[in-house]
Amino acid sequence: MSHRFLRVLLFAIPLSGATAPKELRFTIAGDPLTFDPLQVSESNSETVRYLTAGVLIRINRVTDQPEPELAESWQVTEGGRSLTFHLRAGLKFSDGSPLTAADVGRTITRALDPKEASPAGDTIRTAEGNPEIRVASSRDITLRYKSPRPGLDRLFDAIGIAPTLTSQKRGTFAPSAGPFFVAEYRPGVSVRLQRNPYYWKRDPEGNPLPVLGFIRLDVQQNRDLELARFLRGELQIINRLDPDSFDRVSKERPEAARDLGASLDSEFLWFNQSPSRSLPEWKRKWFTSSAFRHAVSRAIHRDDIVRIAFRGHAHPAAGPISTANRFWFNTSLRPVVADLPEALRLLASDGFTLRQGVLHDRGGHAVEFSLITNSLSRPRENTAKLIQEDLKKIGIRVNLVTLEFSSLLERISKSLDYEACLLGFSNVDPDPLEEKNVWLSSGAQHPWWPSQKSPATAWEARIDELELKQATAGSREARKRACDEIQRIVVDQEPVIYLVNPDYLCAIAPSLRGVKPTVAPPQLLWNIESLRLE
Amino acid sequence: MKSTARKLALAILLAVALCALFAPQIAPFPYDQQFRDAPHAAPGGRFLMGTDDIGRDRLSRLLYATRVSLLLAPSAALVSVLLALLISIPGASRWRASAHAISGLTSICLSLPWLFLFIILRAELPLNTAPLASALLTFGLMGIAGWAWPARVFTASIREIRQSGWILQARAAGLRGWRIALVHGWPHLRQIAAAQFRILVPAYILSEASLGLLGLGVADPLPSWGNLLQELQHPDTVRSNPWVLAPLGLLITVMVCLESLQASGKAAV
Repeated sequence: MSHRFLRVLLFAIPLSGATAPKELRFTIAGDPLTFDPLQVSESNSETVRYLTAGVLIRINRVTDQPEPELAESWQVTEGGRSLTFHLRAGLKFSDGSPLTAADVGRTITRALDPKEASPAGDTIRTAEGNPEIRVASSRDITLRYKSPRPGLDRLFDAIGIAPTLTSQKRGTFAPSAGPFFVAEYRPGVSVRLQRNPYYWKRDPEGNPLPVLGFIRLDVQQNRDLELARFLRGELQIINRLDPDSFDRVSKERPEAARDLGASLDSEFLWFNQSPSRSLPEWKRKWFTSSAFRHAVSRAIHRDDIVRIAFRGHAHPAAGPISTANRFWFNTSLRPVVADLPEALRLLASDGFTLRQGVLHDRGGHAVEFSLITNSLSRPRENTAKLIQEDLKKIGIRVNLVTLEFSSLLERISKSLDYEACLLGFSNVDPDPLEEKNVWLSSGAQHPWWPSQKSPATAWEARIDELELKQATAGSREARKRACDEIQRIVVDQEPVIYLVNPDYLCAIAPSLRGVKPTVAPPQLLWNIESLRLE
Repeated sequence: MKSTARKLALAILLAVALCALFAPQIAPFPYDQQFRDAPHAAPGGRFLMGTDDIGRDRLSRLLYATRVSLLLAPSAALVSVLLALLISIPGASRWRASAHAISGLTSICLSLPWLFLFIILRAELPLNTAPLASALLTFGLMGIAGWAWPARVFTASIREIRQSGWILQARAAGLRGWRIALVHGWPHLRQIAAAQFRILVPAYILSEASLGLLGLGVADPLPSWGNLLQELQHPDTVRSNPWVLAPLGLLITVMVCLESLQASGKAAV
């Protein structure tokens, strides 16, 4: 009799499980290197941090406006020098312990501690040193800088508030104040996140958030396997698809394929303008001539790159900032349209002559250069082949060399032993301040001539000035004006020839509801607390 | 039966060789012409085997690739086998010092991290290399660097042959060293050398495809079986156009024909 009762009970359990919290599954490309929100320096840890760490302010990825999170309100005062947060009442970490302004203060102090070498701390530190931190009450905290700090409040979107570190039991993880907490980690296999029962947020009906019970992030490096698992229904999202995989999803599960239009990323090429010993003087003359660079730019058919190399999933680029970056993009810029007669006219004006299909410079040298790019990126390799053919039409011979990534980096950043390079830039932050290292002539990542002692040209000196202005101007509008002028100079001089902005392609299973995809990372997960599985 | 197989193998090899030789006359289009209005075109009237990612005619590229690969890969394999033979003769000698030295050299060569050496080599080579020069350089390097495996096999085989009963018999009959080597040793070693050659040819064709990732190999737009085979990394391409497999089919056919020719030759001996 008791056995029969037990059997009935066992059969009943799965039925009651129909209402149990559901598990969202997707993949990350590698093991997260840390679960400490202040030590995050790579994308896998960044994903875990976003889903678990509580932050004072969250940037709404659709409106690009900061919204209150753990901080109920905040004020920027003293002309951008001071920032005061007022926390919500009754905040708790995922283990039920209270979260107060003292925890916020300790987190920021730890982030700024040089011994911690925290990447998060680097973003809130200034050249003048650390801000003064004052905890006024259990719910109020003020940070005070010596001089104005532009966009100060927005930086706190990436500062995860951590509890006071106590000795952790082996196999357990620090509690968090975000929508989820780390429940299980199997190195090389998966990270399992569990719903934080103490998360502060409620939906409009007053129901506690997040809706999902668990999230499983499978460690999966192989993108083909990720795609196969998605098509089998084992995963609910693929965060990023290449054009080939996107077309396959479109064929096999058309309802899941999503092309969000131009992403924040860009594909571009540039010529080495540095006084590198490996570069003959006559070639350096070509590369430092803006007429030569404009001619090359006008000979390239960007529409063909979009249509053929990216299978229609890209947009011609108009400049250094993608059109998808609505606030910062200079709307007066337009993509360069291919114009062979104009390209030849520009070359002729700079002393180049076309003889029997081969372009020669004033000194009689045939124009030929090598174009390096990284292997294993099919759209990029195809882009290089299309450029090779386009430039052949104006008499330029291009020798394509695909290199593995570390060799390519070594050449473009250290040995400077290259002539031209085709590469892409994955932008994670819409704010152009993040690209300061690229545009400052002294920057280590200044593509065409890194780490210059003083700007080589007047227009580079002007970009340096504007970058400084952009980094110190108090208002967002003043920064935008400086940013617009930088974009205009880059397009007028073309030290970097912008080609296309690849589209943001992703896959979302129809069973996952509430997703509001955006091109700003984390594109599909930014409103994770509202996502639900049906 | 054997002679039919031999004739068939010969006919196929001849056809492939002729196609490669007369590629410029047979190919419907230049191998580097991009038909931008027809990327990924399906096989049909205008393009018999369809077009690749950027609209180049697959048939024309295959014909030129056959020319490049069938000329360069066997040449590189021949260089490796000849080098291996030259090195393995003193390696199999009775002088312990030379045998140890050659054995040590072979072991060092086999244990070298070739991938990293090729990366270093690429860093030292000029970037402005014409596609044909890059192809010659790559196959030349493979030919020179690839002697160690066959040398180890040859050394062991020479030792075995020297200790065999029939060589002892020949020696007992009063035959001189060089005569024993040429008349009795070489026919046996030749079979092993031919087998090594057949192993190296496809290995070099595939290695050339991998070296392409390091900036070596046959550079675009020049086609080779190796760089055409790189497309097999993308399963979707194979699904949409099975002609992507044509270089692989051709490679297997050529190797099977060579094997069949050698087998029938052996039977005739």
